[in-house]
Order: sequence, then C-alpha cells, then structure tokens
Amino acid sequence: MPGLFIDVKVDPEVAKDAGIAAKLEEVCPVGIFVAAASGVEIDEQNLDECVLCDLCIEAAPKNGVRVIKLYES
Amino acid sequence: MRFYEYESKALFRRHRLPLGPGQRVNSAAEARQAFGEIGGPVVLKSQVLSGGRMKAGAVKFAESADEAAEHFQSIMPIVVQGESARSVLVERKSAVAQEYFVAITWDGRAKKPVLVFSDMGGIDIEEVAETHPEHVSKTHFSSILPLSPRIAKEAVGAAGVTGAALNRLTPIVFELMKIFLAYDLTLAEINPLARLEDGSFVVLDGHVDMEAEARGNHKKLLEELGIGEDETRQARPPTDFELAGARVNAVDHRGVAGNVVEFDGNLGLVIGAGGGSLTLFDAVRQHGGRPANYCEIGGNPSVKKAEALTQLILSKPGVEKLAVMMNVVSNTRVDIVARGVIKGCIAAGRDPAETIAIFRIPGSWEDEGFKILRKYGVEYCDRSVSMHDAAGRAVAKIS
Ligand code: SF4
Repeated sequence: MPGLFIDVKVDPEVAKDAGIAAKLEEVCPVGIFVAAASGVEIDEQNLDECVLCDLCIEAAPKNGVRVIKLYES
Repeated sequence: MRFYEYESKALFRRHRLPLGPGQRVNSAAEARQAFGEIGGPVVLKSQVLSGGRMKAGAVKFAESADEAAEHFQSIMPIVVQGESARSVLVERKSAVAQEYFVAITWDGRAKKPVLVFSDMGGIDIEEVAETHPEHVSKTHFSSILPLSPRIAKEAVGAAGVTGAALNRLTPIVFELMKIFLAYDLTLAEINPLARLEDGSFVVLDGHVDMEAEARGNHKKLLEELGIGEDETRQARPPTDFELAGARVNAVDHRGVAGNVVEFDGNLGLVIGAGGGSLTLFDAVRQHGGRPANYCEIGGNPSVKKAEALTQLILSKPGVEKLAVMMNVVSNTRVDIVARGVIKGCIAAGRDPAETIAIFRIPGSWEDEGFKILRKYGVEYCDRSVSMHDAAGRAVAKIS
C-alpha cells in the first residue's frame, strides 16, 4: 500500500546502481529502501515512517531521490 | 505492586507489629489442621489482591475444624472482582473492643507521605471522613528528615484517642511509617487495627503496595516473600483491551504506544506518558468527560504503533471520539503522532476530522504536524491553549 503522507521517488538511472542501492538501504533509518538484485526497491509499508532526515537525498546523486510530502499537495 | 494480605502480614511480622496466630492453607485438610493448631474459633479469608472479599462471601468464621474445612471448600471457588483465590488465610477470631484505621500513602500535591488515622476502623474511611471528620486525622511527614514517634502520637491524638490506647497505638503507627519509607511503598494500610477486650492491639487486616519501579531495590525481600519477578500484581487482572495494548507496544522497539488502562467512558484518549497524561485524564473528568481509557504514548513511537493504538482505542465499544493530547514534547515528534492517529482513524473506517475531537501536542516538528492535521481537517491547538482547556474542548464535542 502506498504511503498516505510520504512518497519517495528514485530516478530510474540511479535506481539501477547497485552501489547506491546498498547505500540507500544502509542510511535510511526506517527501512524504506531495499537493495534488490535489480537495484533499489521501495518498501511501501514503511513509507509513512519516513522521518524526513534527508539522508537518502544526501546519499544519492543530485536529484536522484525525492522525498514527497503528500500532505503539502 | 500489590501484596497479598499474607505477604503484607509477613512483612509486618518482621517489624514486630502485633499479629495474631494464623496460617495460609491450600486445602480443606490444612484448614482443619490450622483450626486445631490455632485453637478455637477462626476466620478464613480468601487471598486475593482486590477488595470486596466480605461482600463476595469470601470471608467466613468457623467454630469447629469441620466448619473450617467446609468454609475452605466454599471460599476457594469464589471469584472476587474477577480474581480467583490464591489460597486461604486462617487466623484466630479476636474478641474486638474497638477498631481503628491507619494508612500511609503519597500525597501528590503535598509531595509528601500522608498518614491517615481514625478511631473508626473496619469501615470505609472515605465515608467516615464525610460523616465524622473529627474522627479522622491527616498528617503529612517528611520522607527526608528523620522520623519521630511524636508525629505518630500527634496523628493518633488528633483523632481523639487518649490514655493507654494512645500510648499503645503510637509505636504501631510509627513502625508502619518506617515500613512505608523503608520499602518504597505507595500504600501501607492496616484496617482494622483492633483493640481487644484485654486492651492489647492486633492487626486484623493489612495491605501494602510497593512502587513497581522499586522492585529492583527489594529483590531479597520479594524473594523471601515468594513474589516472583514475573508477577505484575496489578489490582486486577489485565483486560483483553489492555493485553491488546501491550501487544501493540511490543511490535517494535521505537517509543511507547500501547500501555493502556481500560475505563468505561466514551472519549478515547491518546495521551502522553507521565504527569502530563495524569493531568489530562483528570482535566477530562473535571470537565465532566468520561475517559474510555488511560494510555501512554511517547518517546517517538513508530507511525505503525500510533496507528495500531488509535485503531485499538476506536475498536472499544462506545468510544465516540478521540482526544490526542500531551504536554509540550521534546522527545516525540508531533508529525509522526499526527500521521499515526490519522491513519488509525482511516483504518478504523472513521473520518479523522469527525473522530479526533482535539489534537493538542505542542513540541518538536509541530509545524509539520499541523500541516498534516490541516490537510485532514482535524482541530488542533498549540501550547497557547492549556491542557485543561484542550480537554474541555474535547469534552464539549461529545456532550
Ligand atoms: S528522508 Fe530519511 S527516513 Fe525518509 S526516506 Fe530518506 S532516509 Fe528514509
């Protein structure tokens, strides 16, 4: 189920990068990123747990990850 | 943590409080034998943690060994306020001339222990305080300064007791004060404390409650009294609702959300732990509200836990609305709790705007939290609205 409050978008090119996938999985404190064989996957169950720490944004190349607050739209 | 009567008395016995002969028994044969060893008429009392034993028929007098055995059989199956008997205490029946009441507990407002004494024991002390206030004394004492028997004597004397009774009661009351402080108790009560026809005194019934957090300081005593580490000793067994709350809290390690106590009202409470939540609970009642529960939420629980707690409270029959309130928080994110309670409402099939009567959690990330609440049309307020007024707003939406 998608998040009610938070969505996370990963640029398709960035998503394919196994190194970044591993990094994202490591930095996110609430388990939103999963480093799968095909690259980054999002665990939708955890989206609303996002603590808006921006660690994923810092771990990815510029604009590679976007954290969207659905309640602002 | 409440002690059974037999455990309270074992503690009293260590401190040489006057107790008559008695034995705890677990079978009719033991009850019969106890009668013989005590010699003479006895009283048999169900060992439960709750009150109301007499009304439930779980206290009986026996004039013979056969009668003691019979009474054991009839008392054991009696459930007192939802609680089964652990065993039966057999004690000598005393020839009572007068009954007294003595209890020590904490006065949260005064931040000191308070000693309550009355020469009208054996009956409901609150009733005595209303109908015969001159027979009840209330005396605060310091938990830091050295204790003095003078305090006990003044308390007993203030209830109108004089002469030999005053002199004999004073050391008993003084000892109870010492016990209260020495074992980190939240209650030490003797009721009735009886003066027998020969002028001596005896503890007929007594109860103590120990501060649960202090268990670690009294491991040896608890072990000697046979109180296991896994015994929570609440005044009543937890309800299904309370057990479900504990399961919610155990889902993950983040924060607390789920320690609930069930009440029978219609306003569900999602309130922070500690003094703030007690203040909020009281405020709801002062405004004429009827809380459906007490609860603890804080320390940054996950959204999932806050959601599950909300769903649990809303699943309780009769809950019309929720009040989500805390004191100013620094260790709990307002936006995370807001997400959790809104998700909980939606998962329960309820409209958050209609269901959440008030959201008053000021503190970290409150601007983000307020954005979420605005989006879902939930009424919220910041610290400029007192906890008392916020509770009033919630109650007003129900009644
Ligand atoms: S902002 Fe933090 S919590 Fe949210 S997805 Fe990124 S790393 Fe995870």
